[in-house]
Amino acid sequence: MHMFFVLSRLAWRYLWRNHRRTIVMLSAIAIGAWAMIFMTALTRGMVDQMIEDGVSVIPGHVLIHDPDYLDDPSVNNRVALNDAELDERFGDAGFVSWASRVRVPAIVTSERESRGVTLLGIDPQAERGFSFVDYDDVDGRFLEGPDDKGVVLGAKLADTLETRVGKRVVLMSQDPDNEIADRGFRVVGLFHAEMDATEESYAFVGKRTAQDMLRIGNSVSEVVFVGDDYRDVEPIYEKVAALVDDSVRVSRWTEVDTYLGTMMGMMDGFMLIWVIVIFLALSFGLVNTLVMAVFERIREIGLMLALGMKPSMILGQILIESMMLLAVGLLIGDVLAWATIKPLEGGIDISIVAEGMEMFGASSTLYPSFNIDDVILANVVVMILGFLASLSPAWRASRYEPVEAITKV
Amino acid sequence: MTAVRCIDLCKTYRQGDQDIKALDHLSIDIEKGEFVCLMSPSGGGKTTLLNAIGGLDIPDSGEVWIADERIDQMSKGQLADLRLANIGFVFQAYNLIPVLSAQENVEFVMQVQGIPAAERRDKSHAILEEVGLKGLETRRPAEMSGGQQQRVAVARAIVSRPELVLADEPTANLDSKTSAELMELFTELNEHHSTTFIIATHDQRVQAYAKRLVRMLDGRIVGDAEQHAA
Repeated sequence: MHMFFVLSRLAWRYLWRNHRRTIVMLSAIAIGAWAMIFMTALTRGMVDQMIEDGVSVIPGHVLIHDPDYLDDPSVNNRVALNDAELDERFGDAGFVSWASRVRVPAIVTSERESRGVTLLGIDPQAERGFSFVDYDDVDGRFLEGPDDKGVVLGAKLADTLETRVGKRVVLMSQDPDNEIADRGFRVVGLFHAEMDATEESYAFVGKRTAQDMLRIGNSVSEVVFVGDDYRDVEPIYEKVAALVDDSVRVSRWTEVDTYLGTMMGMMDGFMLIWVIVIFLALSFGLVNTLVMAVFERIREIGLMLALGMKPSMILGQILIESMMLLAVGLLIGDVLAWATIKPLEGGIDISIVAEGMEMFGASSTLYPSFNIDDVILANVVVMILGFLASLSPAWRASRYEPVEAITKV
Repeated sequence: MTAVRCIDLCKTYRQGDQDIKALDHLSIDIEKGEFVCLMSPSGGGKTTLLNAIGGLDIPDSGEVWIADERIDQMSKGQLADLRLANIGFVFQAYNLIPVLSAQENVEFVMQVQGIPAAERRDKSHAILEEVGLKGLETRRPAEMSGGQQQRVAVARAIVSRPELVLADEPTANLDSKTSAELMELFTELNEHHSTTFIIATHDQRVQAYAKRLVRMLDGRIVGDAEQHAA
């Protein structure tokens, strides 16, 4: 430890011996670190938003289905447990939020147009806490209970169907005997969502109304459970799995929406690649700086060796110098990134490219996310790679023969 | 007691197409507490001999002993430990660490030795005062004259009281007054602490202080005589 302080002081002094070069290098590292973190914050924000939007539409972090439902989401593949049995198992089990729902493909027809939709038969009170629909931001009204006889459509779908609040539409699907199951509904509300695709895809009706229409008694298509964090669903998954048997399938949201699940996994990989790419550009400057720093003090290195410093101490001194340079540069870059991301966390309006963004499921507002894990990853990766990149010049410095080094002009 | 023993040392450098014999089957014994002056024309081999004795350069053949240790077969790490503990160096071109102040330069060896800060501070203050640099402790080498820098280098070499001091042309860049003061200091250390001095020099004034004059030519010893120091 004593020697570490001796070497650190020398390294720090040498760092500022050529302060102009050090400042240029620090600026490069700081800008590189800022770019790593800022770009990651933008991408992280976009992907988080996509996932959150996607999870809220699924909705649920853990879901129960019939084992065949995910392959064939028809009315025949219903959960083997009816409403009463579900209440008995999950009602007092301490879940933050849960709800059961009917979810089947259907066709909605106005007097002018028809469209394929996902029919959701819900208990609106049970889903209020996690629904992607803001019940208070609905044109008209949202459903009032599971027996509500109205339908709530997306605003975009209403446009397409050329219908509006107060008019009637027909919802048509199949019952368990593969007979047409249809019913006329009055449009009682139009919901709004971040993306047009969401507004076009769903039709909400009361759960019992849907069960009556589909002639499925009091059975449901899925049961959804929502926790506090979509990234950490294992505790809920294990709890739910312990309460059911093999007659149903328990899934994490990443298994239900594999696209989003894969995207979340990809994000971390992307982050690492991005950090490494920027570091590779930085490393040329770093190594060049160290090579020059060593080259211009060969005599002094020879002197230190002559006075009794071991080669390993010279190696340590150069490495500490490199680590100091990186640490200071990273610190400046981190602060810079924080200072530029924080004011933007309220959202960046990118509606000018909204259609393009929606093509891959992103909304028109980008919310950069200053994630401390990303900052730590960027810093740790740069420090480790910087250490490795510095080994070569440091090793060469430690290999000088004192008698040769000390006579260098 | 023998402080330095060199046995049949050979060292050849290649310069262009020529082989230069810097040390040519050279043998010498130096007792503890001797004040030896190595003299030769340029290229005579005195710096090479000093470097071999200090473990800075390894001879092609022969043996180098410091006290009871043979050093020509030691590893770099062992040689570094030996130099740190036993040998003080004064080089011709001052060779101070430019990013450290005068006091920090003097303390440098003691720091590496692991001597506590308070003891280092006391010793460095005392030695800087002894070499006439009191008040200049915080100056960096670039802020001092050549003579002042050389005195810092001397202070650094002797501050931890090494058994052996190797000095290569220590007065080459000093005026006569400073040279005399430096040699007085060496003499005092030699007499009061039995520090062994081996000084390579052209300077006639330095030779006057030596108790033993060793003359070299083409890597060989051609004269070795005791004398009464000034």
